[in-house]
Amino acid sequence: MTGRSELDRFLRTDPRDVGCAQAMELLHIYAELAAGGGSVEERYPGVAAHLASCGPCGEDFEGLLTALRDEDKPGP
Amino acid sequence: MPGLRALLVAERVLRAVRRRAGVRVNGLRWAHLGSIMVMVAGNSGVERIPAVAAGLDPASAEWLRVLADTGPRREAALARLHEMLLRIAQGEVRRRGPRLRLAGPELDDLAYQAAADALLAITGKLGQFRGESRFTTWAYKFVIFEVSGKIGRHFWRHPSVPFDAEDWDRLPGRFGFDPAQEAEWRDLLAALRRAVDEELTARQRRVFVAIVLNNVPLDTLVIEMAANRNAIYKTLFDARRKLRAALAANGYLDDDSPRRS
Repeated sequence: MTGRSELDRFLRTDPRDVGCAQAMELLHIYAELAAGGGSVEERYPGVAAHLASCGPCGEDFEGLLTALRDEDKPGP
Repeated sequence: MPGLRALLVAERVLRAVRRRAGVRVNGLRWAHLGSIMVMVAGNSGVERIPAVAAGLDPASAEWLRVLADTGPRREAALARLHEMLLRIAQGEVRRRGPRLRLAGPELDDLAYQAAADALLAITGKLGQFRGESRFTTWAYKFVIFEVSGKIGRHFWRHPSVPFDAEDWDRLPGRFGFDPAQEAEWRDLLAALRRAVDEELTARQRRVFVAIVLNNVPLDTLVIEMAANRNAIYKTLFDARRKLRAALAANGYLDDDSPRRS
């Protein structure tokens, strides 16, 4: 049943979840590592758990990752 | 004409800074960025991080050096940084646009406001840059956060549903339950509603109702409840944990919470 599994997924919490404050603090490091193909889930499991569960922080991560992939590393 | 729009945005930033800091705007000055004027922090704190700067990649070190400079070189760097932030902001509002009830001009204005406010934040926090990523990655984070915050504020000003409305008929659709199979999920959702009433604190209940039933964006609820994203998320996190435990204890969901590794 799709509804039951969706509800279960929403209610399930991960004790490794670091919360928004720490995820936002590390987001630039995490995104740069992800953009370079690094294993972010292994290096920062608590941030990965948070981004999978928090819509706004996940959206910010996707935005930053998109920005990094689109840019050509300009200098001043 | 971006110059005029940026001027208007800069004036709005100045008003915002005055609201936050009182009548006086200490440590800030006007900077000319070509045809653009924005407020930037006069005391950036860059001078406090020479040891970190020594280990930076060359481009990041150059950013810090020119932003710590004075005169035309700094102003040129600020203009370049503003241009980059604006490009990122415009890309981000375009990326999010299809899911928002915002039209082109509103999105464009939001991007200009986000870029101006991000530049203000960045120049005020240069001393906090520790070189753990490229400077531009760190800077882009600020403009992404500004876009999020301004979208949240937009929906706070223009809510589609009252924050405290309680229409429980929305719940099945929220999780994709099939109306044709109501007999299979009716008891589960009735148990969920009981758990919401009996297990949650008043604050947890309010957050659950707003976000789950009324689909209020979390960043909008942050403004409504005068809180921060972390506090609202933690409240919802605790509510989710309580509700799942209650449903599992009564046999509606499997009791297989992930263990700490």
